[in-house]
Amino acid sequence: MTGEGTEVVVIPCSGIGKPYGTVARESAYDLCDDLRPGATRLVALARLVLGEQEARERVRSCPVVTIDGCKLMCASRLVTHSGGQVTHEVAVLDVYRRHRELKPEGIEVLNDEGRKLARVLAEEVAVAVDEIRRSGAPSGAGHA
Amino acid sequence: MPSAVKAKVGIVSCSGEEIAEGTVARLATLKVLHELRPTKTVTICLPLFLAGGDQDREFARHHPTITVDGCDLRCAARGTEMYSARPAASIVVAHVAAAAGLPRPEGRRCLDDAGKRVVTLVAERMARLVDELLDDGQGPPR
Repeated sequence: MTGEGTEVVVIPCSGIGKPYGTVARESAYDLCDDLRPGATRLVALARLVLGEQEARERVRSCPVVTIDGCKLMCASRLVTHSGGQVTHEVAVLDVYRRHRELKPEGIEVLNDEGRKLARVLAEEVAVAVDEIRRSGAPSGAGHA
Repeated sequence: MPSAVKAKVGIVSCSGEEIAEGTVARLATLKVLHELRPTKTVTICLPLFLAGGDQDREFARHHPTITVDGCDLRCAARGTEMYSARPAASIVVAHVAAAAGLPRPEGRRCLDDAGKRVVTLVAERMARLVDELLDDGQGPPR
């Protein structure tokens, strides 16, 4: 299931009502488009939950990283509910607590601090992705 | 139920991250919520809705909803019907773009011009649907 050729599935929460949901989405784009384009694949949460076969098979056969905007952890919960196993989960709020200077604002368009927070989060998850591909699990806890 | 609460339409957007049409759906929804019909609409968070958010599901059971989907998978429409009630109206971004003769939107992070035009078209259509739904209490054909 893991190895240098392993594709890691990345699922952000898709929240639309708060800046933290936007940070989750932006960080997923940073990760999948810029930082680890060949090692990751973005999967839309709704596709998975509504039973789309390809999405379901992917989360059941690949390691999964979830990025949630709020403490309800919808992405993480729904991946598990859909038969996948979350290898690494991140909550934007937890990362923000470690970077209080980066307060995200704006839903449609993030402010500069929100953009930076998304990048910081993506860089942290990129390290976890590398570890997952190398050894099957990120070092330390599975929760950022 | 207070009438002030009753006179709202719930908008459920697919927000599909994988394709540009998902970005169109999300931005059009925000345009309606924040600019075009701010006092007549609320958004329903699709992931929370799917994860079992009781308040969101209850709202969608008793209020008209408009779903906006990026593609023919129609995740928002199917999810709304599965967990609450049939949406009063459904929009598929790809259909709106095709009907307007616009090319397929591109740029899931930053929409191209065609994508931005489709955002406006979808938002305007949603706003008209909101007015119809709140005017006659029945809404357009589903």
